[in-house]
Amino acid sequence: MHDKQVRRRRVVLVVLVAVSLILLTAYFGETPSSPLHNVQRGVVEVFSPIEQGASKVLTPVRSVASWVSDTLHAKSRVGQLQARVHSLTAQLAQAKGAQYQNRQLSNLVHLDDSIGVQAHRPVTAQVIARDPLLWYQTVEVDKGSDDGVHLHDPVIADKGLVGEVSEVSATASIVSLITDHTVSVTARVTDANGDTGELVPAVGNPNQLVLQYLQPPNPAQVQNGPQQNDLVVTAGFRSTSLESYFPANIPIGVVDPVNENQLFNDGQVQVTPSADLRHFDVVQILTAAQPGTERAQVP
Amino acid sequence: MSDLRNKAKLPLRLILLGLVAVLVQESAISQVTVFGVSADLTPLVVMSVGLLCGSLTGAVFGFFTGLLIDLVLVQTLGVTSLLYIAIGYWAGRLRELRDPSHELVPLAGAALASAFAGLGMALIQFLLGVDAPVSFLLLQQILIVVLVNTLIALPVHALVRRIVRPVLPEDPRRRRRRAYTTGGLSPLQQGAARRGLTSRTSAR
Repeated sequence: MHDKQVRRRRVVLVVLVAVSLILLTAYFGETPSSPLHNVQRGVVEVFSPIEQGASKVLTPVRSVASWVSDTLHAKSRVGQLQARVHSLTAQLAQAKGAQYQNRQLSNLVHLDDSIGVQAHRPVTAQVIARDPLLWYQTVEVDKGSDDGVHLHDPVIADKGLVGEVSEVSATASIVSLITDHTVSVTARVTDANGDTGELVPAVGNPNQLVLQYLQPPNPAQVQNGPQQNDLVVTAGFRSTSLESYFPANIPIGVVDPVNENQLFNDGQVQVTPSADLRHFDVVQILTAAQPGTERAQVP
Repeated sequence: MSDLRNKAKLPLRLILLGLVAVLVQESAISQVTVFGVSADLTPLVVMSVGLLCGSLTGAVFGFFTGLLIDLVLVQTLGVTSLLYIAIGYWAGRLRELRDPSHELVPLAGAALASAFAGLGMALIQFLLGVDAPVSFLLLQQILIVVLVNTLIALPVHALVRRIVRPVLPEDPRRRRRRAYTTGGLSPLQQGAARRGLTSRTSAR
C-alpha cells in the first residue's frame, strides 16, 4: 500500500514537471499567433472582467496601504524634490521662452502647432493588474480593441510616457513598461544640441533607463550637451530595431548626473523616468495611427 | 454519496483558494509597494497547502497556481508552474517526513519558498536568455520580498489552514502524536484510566 502511494506520488511529480517543461519549450519557440498564445489571450479575456471587479472592490485597501507606504517615503523625498522644483522652475522659464519663439516660427511657416496629446485620440484606462516581478515589467489595463486600442500604441501616465501596448484582447490590454527589456524608444534630450538616441532599460537596474547612441559633444562646448536634469522626450521617429512608434515631445524622464567618461566614450547618459512606474493607476493610450506606420497607410 | 461529496470538498476548496489568491495578488497586493517591492502571496499559499495537505496535493496545487499566474500575466508558460511544483512538493515532504508542529515552521517555510521562487525565476530567465538585469539590485529586491513575505506568512498560513483544515482527512501520524503528547491513546481512554486508578485507591 505504502509502495503504491510512493510510486503514485513520484509518477505525478514527474508528469507535472514534464508538462511544465513541455509548455515552457513550446511557448518559448512559438510565434505570438500560435495556439498557446491564443489560449493565453482567451484566459486574459475571461479574467479581465473579474480582475476589473476585484480591482474596484479592493481599491480602498490598496489606497490605505499606498497612503501608509507613501507617507513613510515622503520625508526622505522632500529635499530631493525641492532641488528638483528649483531645477524645473528654471527649465520652465526656458521652455516658456522657447514655446513663445516656437509659436512665432510656426506661424511663419504655417505649421500646425496643435499636436498635443488630444490629437492622438487618447483612451483613458484603469490599471487592473500588475506584475509583481522584476522580470516582466507589465501592467494590465481595462481597455482593449473594442475601445480602439491597437498593438504598439504608446501609453502615457500623468507625468509622461510609461510604455507601449504589447498584447490586445477585446476588453483588456497588456502594457509593457519602458523599463521592460523588450521596449526601446527613440528619445531626444532637450539640450542646446537636441541630441537624440535610443532609450533602453539600464542593465542592473530595472527602474533606470539609459539613453544610448548619443553623439558625444564637442569637448570645447560641453555645456551644449546633455546636463543633469535636462528633460528627455520622445523623438518621434521610428527606431530601426523595433517597431514601436511614439509621437514626438512626450516627456519620458530627466538626465541623471552626467558621467563624462560614459558620455564621451560610449555616447550614453542615465535617465530617471518622470512617471512613478510602480504607482500609477490610470493611463492614457494614444490610439491614433501615427503617420508613416503601416496602420496609417491602410485606407 | 455523502462520502463522494466529502472527497470533492477538498479539491473544490483548493481550486477556489488558488483562483482567489491569484486574483487578489494581481489586482490588489501587487499594486501596493512596501520598501519598493510588492509582497507575493502565491508562493506562501502553495507552501501552506503543501504543509497542510501533503506533497502530492502541494505539487498539483503548485502546478495549477503557477500555470494560472503565467496565463493571467501573459508570461512564458511553465516557468512559474515549475517553481511552484517544487515549493508545494517539498513543503508536503517536510510534513510527511518530519511532521513539524512548531508554530514558526510556516515562517521559515515562507522565507525559503519566497527565496526559492525569486532565485529560481532569475535562474530560469537567465537560462532562457532573457536580456534582463541580473545584479545586486535584483538580489536586494529578492531579499526584501523574502522579508516582506515572511512578515505576512503567519496570517496567510492561518487563513489557508482555516479554509483547508475542515475538509482534510484525519491523519494517523497526527492522531498518534496527539495521543503521545496527551499521555494516552485518546481522551476517552485517559478518563477510563483515571477511573480505574480511583477505584483501586478506594478498594485499598
